[in-house]
Amino acid sequence: MNQMQQSAPTVRRIPDRLDNPLKSALFSWQTLLLLVAVAIFVANSLASPYFLSPWSLSDATFNFTEKALIALAMALLIISGEIDLSVAAIIALASTAMGFALQFGADTPVLVAIGIGTGLACGAFNGFLVTRLGLPSIVVTIGTMSLFRGIAFIVLGDQAFKGYPASFAFFGQGYVWWVISFEFVLFLAAALIYYVLLHRTNFGRRIFAIGNNQVAAQFSGVRVGRVKFVLFCLAGLMSGIAAVLLTSRLGSTRPSIAQGWELEVITMVVLGGVSIIGGAGSITGVVIAAFIMGLVTFGLGLLNVPGIVMSIVIGALLILVIALPIVYRLVRRR
Amino acid sequence: MPDPTLTLSGVSKSFPGVRALHDVRLSLYPGEVTALIGENGAGKSTLVKILTGIYQPDAGEIAIDGKPVHLSSAHRAFEHGITAIHQETVLFDDLTVAENIFLGHAPRTRLGTIDWRKMRSEARAVLDAMGASHIDANARLRELGIANKHLVAVARAMSIDARIVIMDEPTAALSHKEIEDLFVLIELLKQDGKAVLFISHKFDEIYRIADRYTVFRDGEMVGDGLLRDTGQKEIVQMMVGRSVDHIFPEREARIGAPVLSVSGLSHPTEFDDITFELRQSEILGFYGLVGAGRSEVMQALFGITRPSAGSIVLGGKPIAPRSPADAIAAGIVYVPEERGKQGVVVDLPIYQNVSLPSLARTSRSGFLRLAREFALAREYTERLDLRASSLSQPAGTLSGGNQQKVVIAKWLATSPRVIILDEPTKGIDIGSKAAVHAFMGELVAQGLSVIMVSSELPEILGMSDRVVVMREGRIARIFDNEGLDAVTLVETAAGIVESAA
Amino acid sequence: MSRLVRTREIWLLLAIVAMIAAITLRTPSFASPENLAGIFNNTAILIILALGQMVVIITRSIDLSMASNLALSGMIVALLSSAYPDLPAPLLMAIAAASGLALGALNGLLVWKLDIPSIVVTLGTLTIYRGSNFLISGGTWVNADELGPAFIQTTRVELVGLPLLSWFAIVIAIGFFVLMTRTPLGRSIYAIGVNPVAAVYAGINVGRTKFIAFCISGLVAGFSGFLWVSRYVIASVETANGYELSVIAACVIGGVSIAGGIGTVGSALLGALFLGVITSALPVINVSPFWQMAISGAAIILAVILNARGERKKGRIILKRAEHGA
Repeated sequence: MNQMQQSAPTVRRIPDRLDNPLKSALFSWQTLLLLVAVAIFVANSLASPYFLSPWSLSDATFNFTEKALIALAMALLIISGEIDLSVAAIIALASTAMGFALQFGADTPVLVAIGIGTGLACGAFNGFLVTRLGLPSIVVTIGTMSLFRGIAFIVLGDQAFKGYPASFAFFGQGYVWWVISFEFVLFLAAALIYYVLLHRTNFGRRIFAIGNNQVAAQFSGVRVGRVKFVLFCLAGLMSGIAAVLLTSRLGSTRPSIAQGWELEVITMVVLGGVSIIGGAGSITGVVIAAFIMGLVTFGLGLLNVPGIVMSIVIGALLILVIALPIVYRLVRRR
Repeated sequence: MPDPTLTLSGVSKSFPGVRALHDVRLSLYPGEVTALIGENGAGKSTLVKILTGIYQPDAGEIAIDGKPVHLSSAHRAFEHGITAIHQETVLFDDLTVAENIFLGHAPRTRLGTIDWRKMRSEARAVLDAMGASHIDANARLRELGIANKHLVAVARAMSIDARIVIMDEPTAALSHKEIEDLFVLIELLKQDGKAVLFISHKFDEIYRIADRYTVFRDGEMVGDGLLRDTGQKEIVQMMVGRSVDHIFPEREARIGAPVLSVSGLSHPTEFDDITFELRQSEILGFYGLVGAGRSEVMQALFGITRPSAGSIVLGGKPIAPRSPADAIAAGIVYVPEERGKQGVVVDLPIYQNVSLPSLARTSRSGFLRLAREFALAREYTERLDLRASSLSQPAGTLSGGNQQKVVIAKWLATSPRVIILDEPTKGIDIGSKAAVHAFMGELVAQGLSVIMVSSELPEILGMSDRVVVMREGRIARIFDNEGLDAVTLVETAAGIVESAA
Repeated sequence: MSRLVRTREIWLLLAIVAMIAAITLRTPSFASPENLAGIFNNTAILIILALGQMVVIITRSIDLSMASNLALSGMIVALLSSAYPDLPAPLLMAIAAASGLALGALNGLLVWKLDIPSIVVTLGTLTIYRGSNFLISGGTWVNADELGPAFIQTTRVELVGLPLLSWFAIVIAIGFFVLMTRTPLGRSIYAIGVNPVAAVYAGINVGRTKFIAFCISGLVAGFSGFLWVSRYVIASVETANGYELSVIAACVIGGVSIAGGIGTVGSALLGALFLGVITSALPVINVSPFWQMAISGAAIILAVILNARGERKKGRIILKRAEHGA
């Protein structure tokens, strides 16, 4: 706009944006996911007469909100270039801690605090190992995964803790209004918070910078270690919250709970468009992916498909969704 | 005149949005060295990648001994006797010298497994023939210095009886003596009838070792011929397309009081007893041979490494930065040598790169304010005359010179007191070089103080007010830039005893 | 690279010997040749799997689907055997191996041709293979009554005092040793792990080498499927559930670096044996098996810390020490 005519060359005015190329790229992934979600919704309602009832839909939410809560934090972690395979084990340990406290007569607020606190502590432990000792997160969390769940097994063996107070059951089984469960509301609130955190704050911007080029981010003054430590703590925190919800829903604690959940959480995140090598992704995508996985598993459940066959669908879905844009690009090149 | 060993004709190569090479012509003759000259972005590295089979040309023909060939992969190029020695050795640190020499074509036993004994003895034979018997064929490559690594790369070329040897800025990391040794080797290659392509921007070397030249500019071949018939000025003109007299900006040195005092700074393995002062509005040059420890000192000042002893006083207050964030807060910023790895985040947009250290200022209570980020980015990129189509463009799509501008812009936006530039114009085209130099002049005029680490003598002599020369981790001498000449600097840096006091 | 692991291997060997010694103090029979051979036999399958995983990890990839591959391939031959009990063991072994190879090749193709990160691919195939196991078996088990005699005998036949299962492990380990140290393929595998860029320049086809690495890991996983069913005389959907983590643990403990390029047959062998000794030792010293997981976890973390220490690049040494004056 302002052209300064001087003896020096005119100052160029560089526009802020041309069109929104970055946004449209992400947009198309989310649109694709949304279309898939709608397709599955329609397929489900056609396949089973039970699907469309409000209570049924509400039931559908239970089976994925706990994992989705963890997926929110996992997404941030993966965008920063790390990973946490111990989240399911953290659930087991946190639940065991709660059950243990239960034996000493702890009441609901204390139980919740212990559950969340244990999760946070486990996350901090992971964070310490990765950021302070500089260890690769993939193998470290394979180790802590065994360690955390191992501790749960030591404490419980093949027994279970039962007898949680009635008030405790609200978290996993309660409804806020009509069919809307507490878990679902909690998830929506958390999704909103994480959305703002990742896409609208300095903290989120730093996460993307670290995921894209950790060295350059560090050279630009980003406190990489601190950011990653917080992210591991968040993963632990969300796992602790999930532990409270799950334990409350099941009404008991076994050391084997949430077995295999870490892979489902990661699937949710990757399906949601987060690049496994870090640096790219959005919360919106993860939320839609969570819905997709919930719809698929619930729909298949209504058709009495066994869980293990469901996982074929999930596994295939994961590969297909990742492969699709690559295949598309390859075909276009020809 | 013998027939050329290798000819390229009509070769073109494009990438999305970039035309790297267009209708390029090149001939390499046996027993002769052809220098490939061009600014950065002129297409030299693309050409090398095509010759080594990494890329395939979109159009044109490559012929060896007059017969057209299709270099569809690195292996095929290898089979046709084309080998390359790159600036950063592309060999395997963890394998031995012998393994590196023979990787991909190791002598086999009758069973098809690798014949280790034969490989080792052949490796030794090749190294001896090169006059490099001092290199132990069993040593791991990582134990060798960069000069010897280059020799191993040359040995690899000899071992496959390569006919075409490409050398891409081979002297970039070598000392003067090592460069001499390399030239002896090149003569050997010439005598062996090999055709050598020598890529360099150092005219003294080119005139010394090469017989012919080819000039690229903006992806096109703009001139070639025999070096003995052509003057340097002509070649530069072809490179740049205009007559260029590189004049360093005149500055009024209103140098003030010391702003940064470093004393006794030491590190267990990298440097020792570093003591110097930086005064306000001064440009302090840091010269030395590669590996003298200059960047290491700067990285300690910037908080990337921790010194074991010594003190740093900035603006009268002692500081001990333990991380770049600390250093930035204190007012010291660092423009790193490796732009792509340490300077810009290539997939993030320009404006995000510029605002990254300044988020605390552009944001409100931790929430991003894009309008302010764009404004900040615009202000500083316009000051530096950045060439980009939009501020949302990923920084990685910019040319080297423009990426450097983004890095400098990023730091200026933090209003630093001291800016450390590490090889600021390395690998940048002449036009951007001049812009960076002019800009440095403006910075000091506004009261900033600059430390400039550089290995380019003209730059050191043309820009510095004083020069610190480092050698093997210590300060050899600090000079005032009055009547200082290149020879003195080089001798001090190399530790050659001066004849007079 | 191999020098580093050699030191590491010696430490590991010492640790294993120390563990055995400590337990033998409590229970003298622990160190008896029969018992030690028994430990080796019990660890044989883990050793074989760890070797396959090692190759993949060296190329900077990971194969999370090995256990599911094992289970599926094992189930395939188990079903075949129960339908045709007279099928000879070598044929069954070949079929299991071929099945494993095909499953591994699928992983490899997705990584090579579509350039999908291996962690994503094998995460997907992990569930697909396990689910397929359910599909072909209908969730039922195939147990001893239904398996042909060939199956049941194969791993138990003794040769020079060791069961065939142990011999398989030994032969396969030797095979891997030759592969990794004596063949160009082995060199290529290390090369792409150490420096993928340089490998391309050296003319190595990185994608194809990774594909072959996955074929190898799939092949051993499939073959191990036969061995597993033969050893435990049962094939079910639960077979080797979660075992992929033990395999990776064995590699990590053995010193195979997750960053690629580092690892030898010795690493895989010793890492697996380390876990094997712990597993065998726990019941002997009256520690409940429930401790096993936690101990493995702690061992992995320690191993990773040690790995990291070893890999840390030495700082630049610029100062020449002592008498190198100015």
